[in-house]
Amino acid sequence: MARAAVLGRLTWRVATVVAARDEGEVARTLVLDVPGWTGHAPGQHVDLRLTAEDGYSAQRSYSIASAPVDGRLELTVQRVADGEVSPYLVEVALPGDSFEVRGPIGGYFVWRGGDPSPVLLIAGGSGIVPLMAMIRTRSANGSRVPFRLLYSTRSPATAIYADELAGADPGLQVAYAYTRHAPPDSPRPPGRLDGALLAEAGWPAELAPACYVCGPTGFVEAMADLLVNQGHAADRIRTERFGGTT
Amino acid sequence: MTDTWVDGNELAGPLREIFAVDVTVAHGQCVHCGHRCTLAEVRVYSRAPGLVARCPSCEAVLLRVVRSPARVWLDLTGLAYLEFAAP
Repeated sequence: MARAAVLGRLTWRVATVVAARDEGEVARTLVLDVPGWTGHAPGQHVDLRLTAEDGYSAQRSYSIASAPVDGRLELTVQRVADGEVSPYLVEVALPGDSFEVRGPIGGYFVWRGGDPSPVLLIAGGSGIVPLMAMIRTRSANGSRVPFRLLYSTRSPATAIYADELAGADPGLQVAYAYTRHAPPDSPRPPGRLDGALLAEAGWPAELAPACYVCGPTGFVEAMADLLVNQGHAADRIRTERFGGTT
Repeated sequence: MTDTWVDGNELAGPLREIFAVDVTVAHGQCVHCGHRCTLAEVRVYSRAPGLVARCPSCEAVLLRVVRSPARVWLDLTGLAYLEFAAP
């Protein structure tokens, strides 16, 4: 068994926004310059802290969207109706603004590039974000590990990273489950990601793929149950639930 | 549907303030029902003054962590043990 890494003290670092771009109708990506950042493993997250002039501060966790690069990281934040941190990041933050981040954090929901097993990624809504970090890392490293992504989203307008996923290399196969509105050329009518689509677009359990499931809690519970019912071993399924609404 | 819990990945940052290794990949056993899993797989209720982690099998409280500006309280009475890879 691998020995545990003794981690350095977790320190807050200043992150400065250097670019921002909208991702479909539902999210925004912030590109951050973080001096002293020495990369991360795909799937890890950061804690982000905003502090007001009066000293009041609010802290939330966000998955890292980018492949590891020294000094730089990207966060994709979902537009939400209320909250203390996300509305600022989505609606207000502009290049030149800064706040604090600490990380990278979390060693469980992580893809290690040294594992040659095929990879099955299952995303619900903005659960795509840490999975995109895995896809981008695979691409950046020239990895030939075959990936399949099943992405559940309400409609084409709510899909994050759609253009980048459409241009992916043949080693990444992408299937969408549109839950409300499917585009005219969709092979399936609108509906939830079900066992039939999982069997068709996922990997057979005999290949023992590494499975990563991320999304709202109810979605993740349903997908983990489907995987187990189709014969996938529980210890091959890693999950990250971010609460929220389905 | 509104979900009221997230999973143990949420504990990684707050527990990194206390432990020198990533506790979310450690295995723990529930005192109440004997269920064993990684801390990343427990249920975390965070809409409270602190974080409360519950067993995914029997829902008993495994761990609580509360912090003030100057103090941290860590309650591990619901865990029989934590098993780490040796550093």
